Amino acid sequence: MYYIGIDVGSANTKAVLINENGAVAAYVIVPSGVGLLSAARRVLDEALARAGVDWDQVAAVVSTGYGREIVPNKTKAVTEITCHGRGAFALFPHTRTVIDIGGQDSKAIALSVTGAVAGFEMNDKCAAGTGRFLEVMARALEVGLDRMGPVALTSERPAVISSTCTVFAETEVVSLLAQGVAPSAIVAGLCNAVADRVHGLVARIGVRAEVTMTGGVSKNTAVVKAMERILGVSANVPEEPLIVGALGAALIARELGLKQAT
Amino acid sequence: MGGPRIPIKTTDTLHKLMFKHYVEAKMAGQSGQKVAWVTSGAPVELLRAAGIIPVYPENHAALCGAQRQGPHYCAVAEERGFSMDLCSYARTDLGCVFAGDSPIGGLPKPDLLLCCNNICGTVTKWYEELARQFGAPLVYIDTPFQHGDVDEHAIAYVHAQIEAAVQTIGEVAGVPFAPERLLETVRLSARATALWREVLEQCAHRPSPMTSFDAFAHMAPIVTLRGAQECIDYYEALLTEIKQRVKDGVAAVLEERYRLGWDNIPIWFKLGALAKRFAQHGACLVIATYTDAWAMQMSLDTPDGVLRELARVYTTVYINCGMRKRLSVLLGMVEKYSLDGIILHSNRSCKAYSLGQYDIARLLQEEHGVPCLIIEGDMNDSRAYAEEPVNNRIDAFMEQLARR
Repeated sequence: MYYIGIDVGSANTKAVLINENGAVAAYVIVPSGVGLLSAARRVLDEALARAGVDWDQVAAVVSTGYGREIVPNKTKAVTEITCHGRGAFALFPHTRTVIDIGGQDSKAIALSVTGAVAGFEMNDKCAAGTGRFLEVMARALEVGLDRMGPVALTSERPAVISSTCTVFAETEVVSLLAQGVAPSAIVAGLCNAVADRVHGLVARIGVRAEVTMTGGVSKNTAVVKAMERILGVSANVPEEPLIVGALGAALIARELGLKQAT
Repeated sequence: MGGPRIPIKTTDTLHKLMFKHYVEAKMAGQSGQKVAWVTSGAPVELLRAAGIIPVYPENHAALCGAQRQGPHYCAVAEERGFSMDLCSYARTDLGCVFAGDSPIGGLPKPDLLLCCNNICGTVTKWYEELARQFGAPLVYIDTPFQHGDVDEHAIAYVHAQIEAAVQTIGEVAGVPFAPERLLETVRLSARATALWREVLEQCAHRPSPMTSFDAFAHMAPIVTLRGAQECIDYYEALLTEIKQRVKDGVAAVLEERYRLGWDNIPIWFKLGALAKRFAQHGACLVIATYTDAWAMQMSLDTPDGVLRELARVYTTVYINCGMRKRLSVLLGMVEKYSLDGIILHSNRSCKAYSLGQYDIARLLQEEHGVPCLIIEGDMNDSRAYAEEPVNNRIDAFMEQLARR
């Protein structure tokens, strides 16, 4: 039998299909767009197609993410906190702190030695320190989102971005550009600003090694480096950090499926 | 399944009682009675003993909030230049004053203002503004913050202010201070707070016969009517019903699996939705520091007299005390009510209540192993509330408890 985890996030919808041993058979990532239901259907169908698996071979589906309730045929909906904790712990079994920076929220999760969630903190009613913040800035600076990390790392003197508000930070970026500050220095400053902002959350739960970073923003090497510098520890970054929540959901689906079977 | 949730019947009486309270206050002018506006933590017994009808802008603001009128009246105050960062009770109340209406047609004009800063510093400027608007005399009682053990100098200082307040109140009421009437009023007040305490204590039973969401509604009389006989009558009826629920095994939350505490003022405009959310997880909020704050113990035979006792009671309220006291109150609740966790509402409006919550939560979790969840909200201003993130946090917290 197979198990599916599906993470309907604000930016992307992800599905992970695992087999009875918990090994990943296929995964799919598509932009969520406005049609969350169709995005959910698409990743489910594509994951099955890629692995050559039929629907009736799927024993359980667990959904997570902001759109978790919309997923059809789900066995259960579980929050991203639990799923990211589970996924990160499966990939890096010594993880005690998970830092997930997604499209519209960032969170810090403390795990016990057994991988259970011991506490968590999330960003407040504000998009600063999230993927959306970097997306807006990438547009303002005409730098591709995936280029932000490498561009930032070329700067020796990062600019200081003082605004925590996404909208005001954009204004600040424009004024820095007008002052002739190099775009690479501004990009570096923005990456530092995200790390600073998220550090506030991590500090509240207390940092314990090992630290694992998940979510789309952990693809940005400059943010990861800034985070490591601030925390004073190195961080694990999965090969595909976008699917950690969906992987955690799939593992929970497997647990539910096995429980039902016995 | 335990069948459908059985509502608390005394709620009908509650609505009638509160309606009567506001009607009587609004008719006071016709019967020649005086009206005072008073803060929720003020020694209201002084007013009742002098025959003055007290009304509570805070309770009135909560009423507006529960009817989802908070943002409307807040905006009226903001148009007058009051900052969005101010308490939403203050903005709601001042907005009602400026607009000249409210869901109950506004509060009756005050002949006197009684302000006690044991609940926050905001009330100082709020009541000064009311004094300017109405030209009414303002009696102000300053209760020094209690950082540690009760400071007897502070109690003496508050006692002296209460003695002075009694004179002003007597002048406004047109009757001299009558110690025996005050003693009788305090007796009624003490009886009511004791009954309220007993009502809350019924929730130590498993399953709990009542949730804190019920208690948030049923606390209105203890706030607004303590010192009056009808307040005692009300809580006697409520206590009888709640005790019967315990006897019959009536659960407030069907299939109660988790018992939670609540810290801070409720989110008035989301009471129903939050009650449902927690109930879906089998979680019952059984006690709140907010409802418990009116379960104060008043002693009648103190050698220093009743004014001194009022000074003591009102200076040592929960929110006027430091973190060590707050922590010990919460730990006492964990023990007494068998709590599985505590929800701390970080209330944007109420700085006095919210300050220190992160440290208290850390101490509870790290030193006492009590899981805590902090949610960001506001008691009245829905513009400062993000529903999805709050729901998400609650769901994640319940998953965390389920894994323990």
